[in-house]
Amino acid sequence: MNFQVVGVIGAGVMGRSVSQDLAQTGHQVILIDVSDEILDQARAEIKQNVRLYRLYNKAKSAENLDDILKRVSFSTDYQRLRDVDFVIENVREQWGLKKEVYEQIDAICPARCVFAANTSAISITRLASLTGRAARFIGMHFMNPVPLKTTVEVIRGHHTSDETVETAKSLLAEMGKDCVVVKDSPGFVSNRVLMLTINEAVFLVQDQVASAEEVDRIFKSCFGHKMGPLETADLIGLDTVLLSIEVLYESFSDSKYRPAPLLRKMVDAGLHGRKSGRGFYVYQSNIK
Amino acid sequence: MSDRTTKATIKDFFSSYFHGYDLKDDDDIFAVGFVNSLLAMQLVMFVEKEFDITVEDEDLNLENFKSVNAIAGLIETKAANVG
Repeated sequence: MNFQVVGVIGAGVMGRSVSQDLAQTGHQVILIDVSDEILDQARAEIKQNVRLYRLYNKAKSAENLDDILKRVSFSTDYQRLRDVDFVIENVREQWGLKKEVYEQIDAICPARCVFAANTSAISITRLASLTGRAARFIGMHFMNPVPLKTTVEVIRGHHTSDETVETAKSLLAEMGKDCVVVKDSPGFVSNRVLMLTINEAVFLVQDQVASAEEVDRIFKSCFGHKMGPLETADLIGLDTVLLSIEVLYESFSDSKYRPAPLLRKMVDAGLHGRKSGRGFYVYQSNIK
Repeated sequence: MSDRTTKATIKDFFSSYFHGYDLKDDDDIFAVGFVNSLLAMQLVMFVEKEFDITVEDEDLNLENFKSVNAIAGLIETKAANVG
């Protein structure tokens, strides 16, 4: 294995799922977050999910649960990243937060270390400019839930070197994943299309053309999609969807990305989707 | 808990996800197309909590969770082992 220790920053939905997958594929993980409380939740959820993923892949998870968990260490101290080979950043989709993180880790991590931004929409080239290692900076857009999704959208920033692309591909290969490499543009391929689709679906509900269930059923029953756009929005988190569409709106200065007022209202009301128990659908709180 | 109540409880769980779909006891929930990977895991957690059982590693496979009847069967076996 080429990558002994991987740093993961941000212990939210994506950071947990990335850490779990790395640990299950034999990597040592240092998971960093600013909050001990979130790290405790992450530890409990990773433990639960390692067990539950046995529903899907017996072979991959045949290993003892405790042995897998032992590979993940949880910390609030960025100094723990001073000897890692690779960092995957999963911080909230806000420029100010990401800026703070990159400025800190650029000073701590060794020069050889590659930074991968697991971001929804922010330009990789712009994030790379925060560091002194633009050649060793890349975008890796993992899909949720990470252990079950075998393809990753990899984004090449303006200065990303061929060597860095190969490094990213080899880490993904160790995780049993394939990738599609695309050039840098806000939202890349996936979210430029997906966020606009979700936003337009929200407009349809807002305009009372159809209910959320009806919109989703058309995508599932007519197009054969596994999930409709509004269920997907609930899964991603409506707050994240709003932040992503705002990034697209600002980046392109194009009104076609204006957020639907209903989306903003739901976020203000705390209806953030699956993680908050309610979004376009209601989720049973004890099993969210 | 009677068989009828077990099945009704399981169906209640699905009703909040299968909007407007009339689920039959032997419908394959994965074939019907409403169940994605996350919901399947939530289903396991729901069954464990609601019926106070632990699904062992060897029982963690999709066959045991593919229909209301299959889930009720698993719960019955688990309850019998405890009792």
